Amino acid sequence: MDLLYKVFLDPFVQMGTAPDLLVQTLWDGLVAGVLYSLIALGFVLIFKASGVFNFAQGIMVVFAALTLVGLHEKGVPAYLALAITLAVMFGLAVGVERLMLRPLVNQPDIILFMATFGLTYFLIGFGELVFGGNPKVMIASELGLPKGAVDINFAGGFVSLQKIDIAAAIIASLMVAALAVFFQKTRIGRALRAVADSHKAALSVGISLNQIWVIVWFAAGVVALATGIMWGARSEVSFALQIIALKALPVLILGGFTSIPGAIVGGLIIGIGEKVGEFYWGPLLGSGIETWLAYVIALVFLLFRPQGLFGEKIIERI
Amino acid sequence: MRMKHALLGAAVMVSAALPLAPASAADTIYVPLFSYRTGPFAGSGTPIVNGMADYLNMLNERDGGIGGVKLVVEECETGYDTKKGLECYEQVKSKNPVVVNPYSTGITLPLIPKAAIDKVPILSMAYGLSASADGNTFPWVFNPPATYWDGASMFVAYAGQQEGGMEKLKGKKLGLVYLDAPYGKEPIPVLEALAKDYGFELKLYPVPAAEMQNQSSQWLNIRRDRPDWLYLQGFGAMNPTAVKEAAKNNFKMDHLIGNWWAGGDDDARPAGDGAKGYLSLNFNQVGTDIPVIQDIIKYLVDKGKSQTPKDKVGENLYNRGVYNSMIIAEGIRNAQKLSGKKVIDGADMRRGLETLVIDEARLKEMGAAGFVAPVKVTCADHNGHNAAYMAKWDGTKWTKGSDWIQPIKAKVEPLIDEAAKAYAAGNAGWPKRTEACDAK
Repeated sequence: MDLLYKVFLDPFVQMGTAPDLLVQTLWDGLVAGVLYSLIALGFVLIFKASGVFNFAQGIMVVFAALTLVGLHEKGVPAYLALAITLAVMFGLAVGVERLMLRPLVNQPDIILFMATFGLTYFLIGFGELVFGGNPKVMIASELGLPKGAVDINFAGGFVSLQKIDIAAAIIASLMVAALAVFFQKTRIGRALRAVADSHKAALSVGISLNQIWVIVWFAAGVVALATGIMWGARSEVSFALQIIALKALPVLILGGFTSIPGAIVGGLIIGIGEKVGEFYWGPLLGSGIETWLAYVIALVFLLFRPQGLFGEKIIERI
Repeated sequence: MRMKHALLGAAVMVSAALPLAPASAADTIYVPLFSYRTGPFAGSGTPIVNGMADYLNMLNERDGGIGGVKLVVEECETGYDTKKGLECYEQVKSKNPVVVNPYSTGITLPLIPKAAIDKVPILSMAYGLSASADGNTFPWVFNPPATYWDGASMFVAYAGQQEGGMEKLKGKKLGLVYLDAPYGKEPIPVLEALAKDYGFELKLYPVPAAEMQNQSSQWLNIRRDRPDWLYLQGFGAMNPTAVKEAAKNNFKMDHLIGNWWAGGDDDARPAGDGAKGYLSLNFNQVGTDIPVIQDIIKYLVDKGKSQTPKDKVGENLYNRGVYNSMIIAEGIRNAQKLSGKKVIDGADMRRGLETLVIDEARLKEMGAAGFVAPVKVTCADHNGHNAAYMAKWDGTKWTKGSDWIQPIKAKVEPLIDEAAKAYAAGNAGWPKRTEACDAK
């Protein structure tokens, strides 16, 4: 009886008696969710364009952030370092297209997937070689990102909104919106969608597969940079950040591998779901449950929508 | 084509010959260092291995090694990954290492049963299995100068002292924020026992490795529970995130106490001013104003023979690495004396470590007076259960924040005896100690 109370009633009693903590939990979940969406978006963009699950997305986050901070450490002003980092990410996109994707055209998807493993380990080694393995402090204030917190009195308690989190939520939302518009409303976006539907059909109407791949990998690189700046500012820039990218997997399971709205909504559901679950139900299971809880949430959704929230329902003849 | 094959053949021969070099050199002593300069824990691993390597290499440069024998210092990168650590062990085993420093509790645990069989002592300096302090059960494992259980008891002792007496802990909440891994969980048994004895409530906040940089849930729980004191048993990227979260949540920084592996400069620095007042247990001094550190600068760093940037020499975890290698070096010296051999093996080293006595006079000779507290290992006690002090972060560097704090030995030692017995009983066929005791 006591267990039933703890599982089904007590969490809701806590929500009612300490609404400030509920709002704080929801806010923390929202911020995490927006950032998960951003990471998932990097995966979705590349998957849509090439059918490849880019295992290297996590290390791209680290590599972009490390490049930015590493350049600044070498005396490059913050905004110039940002511009150079963008150029590096563009160079990476070109390199990936020329040296990895182009020679592997028409190979099975699993070969391309394995190639992204290779890219991951190359970027780890190259990043460590150039910038070292030591963690670095993100140059948040040099980039004009705000510091401190806004504490709001609420229901007898308070809700603390970190300014960096507010900035992260706004920037991530703007980026998501801009990418959504870019890929839905522009010529390149239409070309991308054509490539996603069928490489051969897209080629037959004159769409350059190579150009699309460069654009998409660059867009994923920009997303990785934004993610690296935001997570780096919340913690530090280290190779541990690539683990965070794994948080995108349940988001992708939930949102579908091909859906931009899916990545966004999926990220928010996972972010808020895991924080609420960990905070109110975690102590019943010894805490530390959010890592696997995210997958449970995703799998429960899959029971009802196997193609994910917004994924395409693909029927294949056997 | 022929040229290409010739080059390839040469490369294969060279790479095959290289690892054998130390083993074939009969007039050297081989000391492998398990490092993690890469991966999520590099922030802690890099300064530690820099300090370890620099001290041993400095002995080579300054003294020509130990007892006239050069040391061959070789790193094996584990990335703090247990699987890779075990691969490293297999790799170095054939080269006659005199000691293995796993530098990970996760790697140490599976190596413990191998030590007696392979005759390679394990030095897990202030980490690993706390129960391995019992030399009668674990004659091949050494973990001076203090165990994690000692550290956790020092945290409780300090909290009690600050509250005005141990009896004042009754009804208080003490929390443990820990990496959800063998290392992080290690202090739980002693904290549970102390909670019973002193009547405080113990709150546990596990941080899964995947969430090291995403701790908002744990800190929301802390905000709800309002613990009076927090002990941080984190590592690598987990530590700066925890310190930042504590500052963000307005937790009193002087009530947040890191264990000795949560006291790196890179653990406190990212939180900026918010980390001011953060405390961390420590058993070595920081800075470069220590003769032994000056020797490292003179013989290695200034000559470009060290991997350590000069501004990182003297940082907390760097000096910790130096201290670790001082213990290795003393163990080798003792082993040479006891065995009468210049080139010793693992079995000799075990004897050397078991008779380790670094007193004030010896510290002075080593150029380390005041650098660390004296340490003594005996056949029965492979740890010493030595004191530590609170290092305090002043916003830019670590300073001394308290006097020496003794562990609550009366509580810890019986627990260690009990745990050692339980370990032996739980591992069928655990060998009874047959090694003779050299200590007088």
